[in-house]
Amino acid sequence: MAKLYSEKPRSERVEKQLVPKEETIKFLLDYSKALSVIDYNKLKFEALLN
Amino acid sequence: MKRSIPTDAHYVSAYMNGDESALCELITRHKQRIYSFIYSKVFDKDIAEDIFQDTFIKVIKTLKRGAYNEEGKFLPWVMRIAHNLVIDHFRKSNRMPKFENKDDFNIFSVLSDNSLNIEKRMIKGQVESDVRRLIEELPEDQKTVLMMRIYKEMSFKEISERTGVSINTALGRMRYALINLRKVIDKHNIILTN
Repeated sequence: MAKLYSEKPRSERVEKQLVPKEETIKFLLDYSKALSVIDYNKLKFEALLN
Repeated sequence: MKRSIPTDAHYVSAYMNGDESALCELITRHKQRIYSFIYSKVFDKDIAEDIFQDTFIKVIKTLKRGAYNEEGKFLPWVMRIAHNLVIDHFRKSNRMPKFENKDDFNIFSVLSDNSLNIEKRMIKGQVESDVRRLIEELPEDQKTVLMMRIYKEMSFKEISERTGVSINTALGRMRYALINLRKVIDKHNIILTN
């Protein structure tokens, strides 16, 4: 049987089930909870409260 | 009764109104597509992880600032942010190309610079000239043996033949030469290290 020498395109080589780590998501959720934006005279200040 | 699945817009507005769990829903919904997109460009899981994180930090900041315009295009917007961050990453790595050490190979195991740097070369030169000056202070017979042994790398047999003394005498002169050098060094607190 003839062999296929062609490579798969890059996009197909990427596994379909690639997901970020749980800790990355947890970090983002915690970051979101800690971040508050304070409005002051049309200015917006970011504050990270741990 | 069929329940309709809430749209992204629904969760975005809930999040902007303070519902933190809406963000969790948005991330869970789209994490696979966004992460795969980033990974397909950078082909490195750690970098993809970093860019994914930075993407959502931007998303969170924009939403919390209320600077997001809801046009029903949440995912394309996030993808655009990720795309821009990927471009930033490549710009940065082009500016500063770096060699990544892999687990099984470390470039520094085969690369090393054994040559002395300019400071060490200067110190070495000074130490050597100091030693020369100290040797000049030795008695003539000891100095001759030491010069022949150390600088001319002659054997004690050759030294004894050249100077016309026995090997034992040559050995003894060498020994005294070293003892006297140490004495002078100790006496004057001379530091001869590199």
